[in-house]
Amino acid sequence: MTYSNPYQQQWPNQPAPAAPVVAGWDDPNRGGWDTPTAAWSTPPSRARVNQPRSGEHLLDVRDLRVEFGTRDGVAHVVNGVSFHVDPGETLAILGESGSGKSVTAQAVMGILDTPPAVVRSGQVLFGGEDLLTVSADRRRQVRGQEIAMVFQDALSALNPVFPVGWQISEALRSRRGINKADARRRAIELMDMVQIPAAAERVDDYPHQFSGGMRQRVMIAMALAMRPKVLIADEPTTALDVTVQAQIMDLLATLRAELEMALILITHDLGVVADVADRITVMYAGRVVEHADVHTLYAQPAHPYTRGLLASVPRLDHRGHGLHSISGTPPNPAAIPDGCAFHPRCPWAQQVCRMTAPTLVRIGRLDRASACHFPPEALDARLA
Amino acid sequence: MARYIIRRLLQMVVTFIGATFVVYALMFANQNDPIQALAGDRPVSDNVRQVLTEQYHLNDPFVVQYGYYMRGLLTGDFGKTLTGRPIGDVMSDAWPNTIKLALLALFFATLFGIGAGLVAGLRRGSAFDNTTLALTLVVVGLPIIVLAPIAQLVFGVKLGWFPTTAGARPSLYGLILPALVLGAASTATMLRLTRASVAENVRADYVRTARAKGLSARRVVAVHVLRNSMIPVITLIGVDLGTLMAGAIITEGVFNIPGVGSKLLLGIQTEDGPLVVGFVSVLVVVFLVTNLLVDLLYAVLDPRIRYE
Ligand SMILES: Nc1ncnc2c1ncn2[C@@H]1O[C@H](COP(=O)(O)OP(=O)(O)O)[C@@H](O)[C@H]1O
Ligand code: SF4
Ligand SMILES: [Mg+2]
Repeated sequence: MTYSNPYQQQWPNQPAPAAPVVAGWDDPNRGGWDTPTAAWSTPPSRARVNQPRSGEHLLDVRDLRVEFGTRDGVAHVVNGVSFHVDPGETLAILGESGSGKSVTAQAVMGILDTPPAVVRSGQVLFGGEDLLTVSADRRRQVRGQEIAMVFQDALSALNPVFPVGWQISEALRSRRGINKADARRRAIELMDMVQIPAAAERVDDYPHQFSGGMRQRVMIAMALAMRPKVLIADEPTTALDVTVQAQIMDLLATLRAELEMALILITHDLGVVADVADRITVMYAGRVVEHADVHTLYAQPAHPYTRGLLASVPRLDHRGHGLHSISGTPPNPAAIPDGCAFHPRCPWAQQVCRMTAPTLVRIGRLDRASACHFPPEALDARLA
Repeated sequence: MARYIIRRLLQMVVTFIGATFVVYALMFANQNDPIQALAGDRPVSDNVRQVLTEQYHLNDPFVVQYGYYMRGLLTGDFGKTLTGRPIGDVMSDAWPNTIKLALLALFFATLFGIGAGLVAGLRRGSAFDNTTLALTLVVVGLPIIVLAPIAQLVFGVKLGWFPTTAGARPSLYGLILPALVLGAASTATMLRLTRASVAENVRADYVRTARAKGLSARRVVAVHVLRNSMIPVITLIGVDLGTLMAGAIITEGVFNIPGVGSKLLLGIQTEDGPLVVGFVSVLVVVFLVTNLLVDLLYAVLDPRIRYE
């Protein structure tokens, strides 16, 4: 470990986090910290992350804010989330359950129920076009055709009363008007593409007749039916067992490369995205707390929350331990703590953390940022 | 599936025998002297009494009488009423009217129940939702014996929109008001069930998936929400048929429709055993067959249901 991690000190019995299989992870010659070794007491002036110009990215989400009107008041579920993806790239969005990942994805897709949800502000730029301001018809046109989504629990996300082939090709029939025979043929092709064995025989089977992994492949085939440019996969492997998880991840990575899609992988498990993600955006309480390329994030996590998540990445033989390394639970979105939302759980928390919320600031290299009052080397120094 | 149907048919035979046996027993155990009942207040001569006793096997043990009766049924012979009219004729007069009435009632119940239930389920908490809730509570709370005369008075007598009674050869129009009354309770329960079912299904994950595909709102509701919401409602239709049959006796009485209900009522009042048992036997068959059909339809609607 090149960084200090207090989470292990809290749980001495826990095995040291296994090195995820990331190329270059153990390389002693890899670049060290990018930030100058200035004393943490004199914070270096760090530029705020520049927002890219419109049209620069395929999908560019900026400062998205989503609230829910609930009986207990307004739940601030997404509080200024920004991220972007480009064709052929995989972005992982990481965070504990309840951090607002699914709501973010559904806001991008435009399938949130409004009410209770309200998209307060922000932009969802697809090819430069802000989907939050276009007409409902245009929005629907983009949905599924340009940006498609794979849901977590394929058993409930598939309609139990229709054959899988019918569901896979439904959008093609209903939106492209292709005839039944062609639709069936397309469904079989798509099922072949997601490597469902004996696709031609299984096209008329119902979802309950498939195993969990095969059902998730059906979901993926369905999402790919209209050849979307962006695929959002919301915890696509959470309901599956470990070996199947790896297969589905491989499949997604392969398809992303073959189809030149942008892939957004939402997960609470840092372990499952290590091999496939290019960049990682870490969310906490509806905010982005860190984003970096996958190697940097694993090797030198900047934010205390990311360090906590990393400390809890289970080894293959300890999988399923979840996120026990971080004490406490994420805040209720109707009562997010003042200051840094993470401060009640943060081993580094100081007075300033309770008072003012840190902003997302760039660390050294472009496209790496963290929302903590203290730069990483300061965190290291404090626990040294 | 075929094995399931065969098993169900065998079960139906057993149920049929059991049900007719019970009705037969009740009808015949209860009457003191069927021949006297037939004659009314007039005295019956010994000669006539003997002929009738022979004809109806009244001296044989009860089980043997039942055996004779079943043999007749199987050959399509329902026997004669105590007044000497072939029961088959009475049936062919009465059944078409009741079938028309019941189908019309079922049609209205399905149309209004599912239609209004869908709208209420999609717009929970709206004025429409609250109004239908209040209305269904009233309808469910009112027994048909109260509802039928009120409807007759208001829409038949006062407003004059419909004929007050259907008459000997009821027209389809004349059956509308009775059918609405008869179907009112079913409409209410179907509405509540559809509403609950729709309200649950619009939040289902697969509906979210359907929206994520970019399908039109209309298609999402009509194909994904409605189709799944119909599964419990179809089962209800099967159960409701029993209620409908019971309600038909009263409705036909109030609106003077010469159907199964009024004949059955007449048979009970005049202690006409053969008539009552004949009609009940057919009712039992109708009920069993519809329930089998509903169960099969259920399997068609929900592929997760497997009958072995
Ligand atoms: N319909 C809703 N009404 C109120 N709160 C909601 C609703 N949907 C989600 N939330 C809240 O939003 C928060 C984030 O949810 P979600 O995006 O599903 O988290 P994640 O996907 O990261 O686990 C949760 O705390 C949840 O309580
Ligand atoms: S700002 Fe403070 S509380 Fe928040 S993560 Fe950094 S050190 Fe912890
Ligand atoms: Mg989620």
